[in-house]
Amino acid sequence: MQREGLGERRLNANIAVDARNVGKIYGTGNDAVTALGDVSISIEEGEFFTLLGPSGCGKTTLLRCIAGFETPTSGTIHLSGQDITYTPPYQRPVNTVFQSYALFPHLTVALNIGFGLKMQGKPAGDVARAVARVLALVKLEDFADRLPQHLSGGQQQRVALARALAPEPQVLLLDEPLSALDLKLRKEMQSELKRLQTETGITFIFVTHDQEEALTMSNRIGVMSQGALLQVGTPHEIYEHPVNRFVADFIGETNFLDGDVDGTRVRIGTGDLLDVKLDGQTGPVTLAIRPEQITLGASGGGIDVTVIEKTYMGTDTHYTLGLSDGSQMIARVPSGFAGAFALGDTVGISIDSKAVQVLKS
Amino acid sequence: MNQSGGQFSKGVSGWLLSTPALILLVFAASGPLLIVALYSVLEKGDYSGVRWVLSGDGWFRVLFERDIFDQSVSLADANLSIFWRSVKLSITTTLITFVLGLPTAWFIATRPAKARAFWLFLITIPFWTNLVIRTFAIMEVVRNEGILNTALINIGLIPQPVQIMYTDTAVLIGMAYVYLPLMVLPLYAAIDRFDFRLIEAGYDLYASRVQVLRGVILPIIKPGIIAGCILVFIPSLGAYVTPRLLGGGKNMMIGNFIELQFGQGQNWPLGAALSTVLLLIVVMSLVVYTRVSSRDNPHG
Repeated sequence: MQREGLGERRLNANIAVDARNVGKIYGTGNDAVTALGDVSISIEEGEFFTLLGPSGCGKTTLLRCIAGFETPTSGTIHLSGQDITYTPPYQRPVNTVFQSYALFPHLTVALNIGFGLKMQGKPAGDVARAVARVLALVKLEDFADRLPQHLSGGQQQRVALARALAPEPQVLLLDEPLSALDLKLRKEMQSELKRLQTETGITFIFVTHDQEEALTMSNRIGVMSQGALLQVGTPHEIYEHPVNRFVADFIGETNFLDGDVDGTRVRIGTGDLLDVKLDGQTGPVTLAIRPEQITLGASGGGIDVTVIEKTYMGTDTHYTLGLSDGSQMIARVPSGFAGAFALGDTVGISIDSKAVQVLKS
Repeated sequence: MNQSGGQFSKGVSGWLLSTPALILLVFAASGPLLIVALYSVLEKGDYSGVRWVLSGDGWFRVLFERDIFDQSVSLADANLSIFWRSVKLSITTTLITFVLGLPTAWFIATRPAKARAFWLFLITIPFWTNLVIRTFAIMEVVRNEGILNTALINIGLIPQPVQIMYTDTAVLIGMAYVYLPLMVLPLYAAIDRFDFRLIEAGYDLYASRVQVLRGVILPIIKPGIIAGCILVFIPSLGAYVTPRLLGGGKNMMIGNFIELQFGQGQNWPLGAALSTVLLLIVVMSLVVYTRVSSRDNPHG
């Protein structure tokens, strides 16, 4: 598979949003805070693109720059080839689903949804038809005349979505829209969002700190940290081939083992040699090993470890394993297999070495 | 003891507990109004006060006057113009305080929490000073030899003092100054509760600045606007000290005209009738306001 570089685009795709060297610094002099370093990213038309990262990583700032609520301190933002860096938000064919929904409390559901079209100067008949169509799309036909405060959180979420979709924007921005919902509703809305994105064909830029959400919904993910874009790729690429320790750690559970390159293999702290896929690295490296890539077996077969902790998780059982050099690893084993080992047992583990990522230390 | 008995005694004790408030309401609020209404239908006393004889003369004189010589009846233009001036000046005062008060309240509500208390404190300072003294202060500003005229002459903008004192302008300046805090405070309370993220939502949905103001901000802070307008309009309509001192004897408002009847005019029934009319104007404007504000509901 072809690896994609940062912000690089696939061939033959039209670019919806093109951010070039975007930086945002708040304050001046000694008080200056860099919210966004030097971010370049190309988001394709019709793509479900997720900006993923911990809070304060700059993902929301980038989204607000695209929406027009913030002006970048440096760099440019293009929308379908047009420079919109300094265009006011009300002149951008971009709509936002806010984290707090920000529904107009004095307007009914229908008037909330029709607000954008009305402000664009569309005739009343067109507005009514569009509102009816979008209400059907989010399955809220029966709530058109309600006020937002008389709706549940999930319903308000749908109204916010419908309101942003009604003017048929070129790009829909979603700022952690699911964070206020409970788990079950969040799962429902995830597939709902995915369905809406496929049906409308609108480019979605979705901001979240939830890696699972990002993996299940996105066509591509951009992982951010401390104002920088670390990696852009498909969920599979990000999960299987994280570029550094931060990405590996942030996306799913990962065990890190320090080691040194020894010829074509890596010697870890216990003295064992692991036959991993090297890409020209030398000297000290860090191995990133997913918990499901570890297989437990009888002592003597592979690396000997001690079972320190055992947690039953339903489908899987998590084992915390102690290595002879004092480091620990977590292994995820299907629960059907779980009875075999008890606390204190010495177990031999084998690692699917082809799946191990070798990162620079 | 059964349950219903307990509830019954609770109901009785509820009435008993509210007795002081009810007595106060009857004697302090309704009582004086009834006396005013009663005096308005009695006959005028020889020098002042009333004779206990029923008469419609007080109400008649609110709108009409009788010629001293031929006893012919005509409309009392002077009275009507005083009513008209009062309503006009009160509406103008309300508009001025709104136009000045909205940005002020907005400014305060958008300050950091600590600074807000300071600005609100500044707004309430005038309340601690006697109204007469504040009005004299305004006189010192607007009179011909006052601060404003002296400053304008000194910088060469005007060759001689502009007559502001004893005009409707002086009354308006005085009333706007006195009632501005009554507009700012309810507006502040409304803006303080306003969710500023809605402004971004408005911009995001293609609304320009003016459209956001008209379509999002004003409708949401409307309760504060209505409260502020009522709080300014009603005392403006009955203002006495400010028009008396700044408007002089000729530019009367209803309040001064009523005082005249109980004082020099020695016509208590007319004064009482005028007071009742003033009350009716206030009640009517409140009714209209409530109608208007409930009409444009979210469904329309």
